Amino acid sequence: MTTIDTNPNAAQRTQAEMSAEMAEQTAAYERAGVEETQPRLDYAPYRSSLLRHPTKDLHHADPESIELWSPCFGERDVHPLESDLTIQHGGEPIGERMVVTGRVVDGDGRPVRRQLVEIWQANAGGRYVHKRDQHPAPLDPSFTGVGRCLTDDDGTYRFTTIKPGPYPWKNHRNAWRPAHIHFSLFGTDFTQRLVTQMYFPGDPLFALDPIYQSIRDAKARDRLVATYDHDVTTHEWATGYRWDIVLSGSHPTPLEEDH
Amino acid sequence: MLPPTPAQTVGPFFGYALPFPQDDELVPPGRADAIRLHGDVLDGSGAGVPDALLELWQAAPDGTVPQEPGSLRRDGWTFTGWGRASTDDAGHYSFTTLRPGATEPGAAPFFLVTVFARGLMNRLFTRAYLPDDADALAADRLLATVAADRRDTLIAAAEPTGYRFDVRLQGEDETVFLAYPGE
Ligand SMILES: [Fe+3]
Repeated sequence: MTTIDTNPNAAQRTQAEMSAEMAEQTAAYERAGVEETQPRLDYAPYRSSLLRHPTKDLHHADPESIELWSPCFGERDVHPLESDLTIQHGGEPIGERMVVTGRVVDGDGRPVRRQLVEIWQANAGGRYVHKRDQHPAPLDPSFTGVGRCLTDDDGTYRFTTIKPGPYPWKNHRNAWRPAHIHFSLFGTDFTQRLVTQMYFPGDPLFALDPIYQSIRDAKARDRLVATYDHDVTTHEWATGYRWDIVLSGSHPTPLEEDH
Repeated sequence: MLPPTPAQTVGPFFGYALPFPQDDELVPPGRADAIRLHGDVLDGSGAGVPDALLELWQAAPDGTVPQEPGSLRRDGWTFTGWGRASTDDAGHYSFTTLRPGATEPGAAPFFLVTVFARGLMNRLFTRAYLPDDADALAADRLLATVAADRRDTLIAAAEPTGYRFDVRLQGEDETVFLAYPGE
């Protein structure tokens, strides 16, 4: 093995060095001219990926039997109140109250109905309720930052939460994550499983963040950014953001439901 | 086709959000036909990955695909075929479940395993085949397309209480990870 330092706590590289490395990646992508829609598993500016990405090509598999199905979730699994992250404790959480909503569809635009959506996020100060989060920002006793819901028959999900803050991490010196909400989604078949992060429009940290930039295509990165939607915003209560999600995956019988 | 929403890493902080009570117990551990599927998640230096999350998806013992809700609120009786296990500080995971059956006569039964981790930008899919039926393994369509010297990474090892399946993210004996059409 090379002597790459993968201990995140020992990272001493500067943002300038990291930004130069990311610029090289962008240049290489543009030279190659082959469109990528997913992040690179092997993206050295994200230090934790160095020893954790497969070095061999993924092996092509045709989905069969159980891969054509997804686990099933229902009202037994998720209580409707779990979609409101602002009412899980006695008091009102601190921060900008907001509604995040959107549709989950497959590559053909068909709604992903009655499937599980899970989210987790930092509080308004950029702090997670997690033992490994040592960022010296305050915990909010009224906010845990975990939510779940099922999509409806139109594929729509909806959460009420507060806007998360950006937070520092130890990838390199002075590394900060743009504000984001983690999303976990299931499709209609197993192969569509997606875990991702939703970002907020106009974040000044986008260009500096190796996790966001690991998606080397600018159009693809944009797909992770929600849009402010005044029609989702409610009078004297909460701002509104809309973020639609397209799941990938195979659809061996698309003609069955053609429309 | 609409372009897919890109993935991002599960990050380091899913541990207070994605796990849930009995997430790794697809059946109660005391049940007579319960088996254990367990192993290590290892990085390119051979170290255990303490912040990985595995999901299991499998057929029932009779080969049918479970379509019952209730994974998140287990009632102790319904087999949903799906579970979730976090690795411990040494990178070890463990599920209590049932032996998956063949979904077609003569087919080789397998577990589907999805791997998430800090440092991993997208989930990885793999199959953990049961080692018991050599003829079924020899006839399996997917295994036939995998180079002979890597095939073993997809086959779990039999143990008295179930099966062991290690996941090697990187390195010489790296696990074969799968990509499906349309990704
Ligand atoms: Fe985060």
